[in-house]
Amino acid sequence: MKYVDEFRDPEKAKILVSEINAIAEKMSVGRTRPIRIMEVCGGHTHSIFRYGIENILPETIELIHGPGCPVCVLPMGRVDDCVSVAERPEVIFTTFGDAMRVPGSKKSLLTAKADGADVRMVYSPMDALSLARKNPDREVVFFGLGFETTMPSTALTVLQAEAEGITNFSLFCNHITIIPTVKAVLDSPDMQLDGFLGPGHVSMVIGNAPYEFIATHYDKPVVVAGFEPLDILQSLWMVLKQLDEGVAKIENQYNRIVPEDGNDVALEAIGKVFRLREFFEWRGLGSIDHSGVQLTDEYAAYDAEIKFDVKSVTVADPKSCQCGEVLKGVIKPWDCKVFGKACTPETPLGALMVSSEGACAAYYQYGDKKNINVDVEIVEEAIA
Amino acid sequence: MNDAQVKNSEVNLKEVSEPVSTRIRHGKLVSKVITLAHGGGGKAMRDLIDEVFIEAFDNASLNTLEDQARFELSDLATYGNRLAMTTDSYVIDPIFFPGGDIGKLSICGTVNDLAVGGATPLYLTCAVIIEEGMQVDTLKKIVASMAETAKKAGVQIVTGDTKVVERGSCDKIFINTAGVGVINESYQLGAQLAQAGDAILVNGFLGDHGAAILDARGDMNLQSAIESDCAPLQGLIKAVLDAAPGTRFIRDATRGGIASVLNEIAQSSKVAIEIDEGKTPLRTEVKGFCEILGLDPLYLANEGKIVVVVPDEEKQAALEAMRAHEFGADAAEIGQVLKGGVAGRVHMQTGFGGKRIVDMLVGEQLPRIC
Repeated sequence: MKYVDEFRDPEKAKILVSEINAIAEKMSVGRTRPIRIMEVCGGHTHSIFRYGIENILPETIELIHGPGCPVCVLPMGRVDDCVSVAERPEVIFTTFGDAMRVPGSKKSLLTAKADGADVRMVYSPMDALSLARKNPDREVVFFGLGFETTMPSTALTVLQAEAEGITNFSLFCNHITIIPTVKAVLDSPDMQLDGFLGPGHVSMVIGNAPYEFIATHYDKPVVVAGFEPLDILQSLWMVLKQLDEGVAKIENQYNRIVPEDGNDVALEAIGKVFRLREFFEWRGLGSIDHSGVQLTDEYAAYDAEIKFDVKSVTVADPKSCQCGEVLKGVIKPWDCKVFGKACTPETPLGALMVSSEGACAAYYQYGDKKNINVDVEIVEEAIA
Repeated sequence: MNDAQVKNSEVNLKEVSEPVSTRIRHGKLVSKVITLAHGGGGKAMRDLIDEVFIEAFDNASLNTLEDQARFELSDLATYGNRLAMTTDSYVIDPIFFPGGDIGKLSICGTVNDLAVGGATPLYLTCAVIIEEGMQVDTLKKIVASMAETAKKAGVQIVTGDTKVVERGSCDKIFINTAGVGVINESYQLGAQLAQAGDAILVNGFLGDHGAAILDARGDMNLQSAIESDCAPLQGLIKAVLDAAPGTRFIRDATRGGIASVLNEIAQSSKVAIEIDEGKTPLRTEVKGFCEILGLDPLYLANEGKIVVVVPDEEKQAALEAMRAHEFGADAAEIGQVLKGGVAGRVHMQTGFGGKRIVDMLVGEQLPRIC
């Protein structure tokens, strides 16, 4: 495929990996623990597993899969709320596909659908709006989900609904913002990170300036990264280079997509319809101040939480789950007590097992580095 | 008309090559729309069966309208020493899609399920459940497609059943076909027979059907029409078995895609399997489709693709046999059974130089948010 295969070239990858190896080897002298780099975005986690990137990196580099999968960090209480809206007889509840499996305290949207709720998968909020146009006697609710990446399309849909005077469309808003979340991770006392891969698609909207504090206050390098395997390798190399040189700054590897100052039109639409919530609950991370958005008073008529008087229940994460520690990079998925036992992709307890972007599901499905290396040894032995 | 055809109503597939009608009555449908009356057991139902099904499938056994098809055991025995039997139900939305329709699918699926076991597919049943309100012309189109595909697959539809249910009780039409075939003495195929060093082959581009169906649902409004690969594979499979008699196992990679078939082989044979992403045949359109939706083509359904496990020394013969066939032009070797490795595990060498595990699909593939 043109414009994609170029970013998956194994020959170029070999060159990058040897450069990475050289820096890592130099840096590991005298170090007692691996260099820990967090990819904030779930899209990166997905690519890392899909292309087996961990498997070609040296042992001295550890990738920590961060909180950037919006499906994974959705708390049980919010899922319960959305099921309660979806189960109202007048409602057509529309959602992105992978949100359907997230477990609530009683059921997921997939189960609610089987029980008779009218839940429909859409590819864009505009699809939900056209459902509202076609079904004037029903209430169409869109499950707004995601970081700043998906926020503009939701905002523009609300503006479009307003422009057309469509009143049977509303938004169950669970959009979240990346910056307070990264800050919460950095402030956590057990944090052991050395640098970050910044989220490429979020940055396409918000630009690079919002990350400055990570370099200035916390002295950690950030490289805003693309999602193809060569993007990720190059970005890792750039983080290592900063670490090696003892500097911490914000760099943009994904400059073919990410403009320095973000996207004005998108930001304007977001600013027009959304305002920050005082706090928002995250699965595994708890409540984080100013980490979520809701519709402004001017657009309250499109707010499903107001329209359907949603109770906003809070449900504690299952006690046995260690999603929070995995998200912060304190433990690896397979160190969690319930990983692969009570918690599997078929019966996910923690949200990290739900989406293919979740670290636990990815490890469960694609196997961890240790196990894959074991494979290789056995195979080589057998051939010898 | 030769003697064999006149002699009795039983089916003799070899000799009924030139269809000569043995129909005993010709009903005439009055209605243009299927109603509950057409499933009621009375005249309306008889007329529907006559004008739509008998008219299209026209063969000696069906035409007698007995409650069962009857076969001469001695005829069956000329094909081999073991009967193979299978059944499958077909429910699909939309019922007409690029590259096929539910009728074609209902024949190909059952024919292929017989053929992958080494059987010569011979006879099929056809049971339909129709939602009231379907246009008779739509039904005729589906049944004509079944008849045409059956002819191509060399099978006869020898008995059937028709039910009509109230609107909303089924989605337009559900079809069940059961099939009977006979397996030749010399074929011994099984998922447990894969051995270290065996080659893993496929007969062409993967994931076309799954992508075509998702695309045909229209939610994505994509420009390029991906066509389903839906095809009857008995001829291709016979060619493979003739060319590579040591073939260990064949399976059609339908729901769950080739990933599921490979996992079944690895688990049943207690072996490790490695496939190579670079050798896996994928159309550019399907690749792009999967990129956009965040789907993995290894898990997309196929309706005209098989996975073949052959001993390494016979792989070339098998590949050539497939490539010479109309449904195998793009056949490829995609991997091998490893010597050693973790038993029951499938992994893929990524084109990028990494390595990842290819596990069984859990639940349904759902498009990713971003």
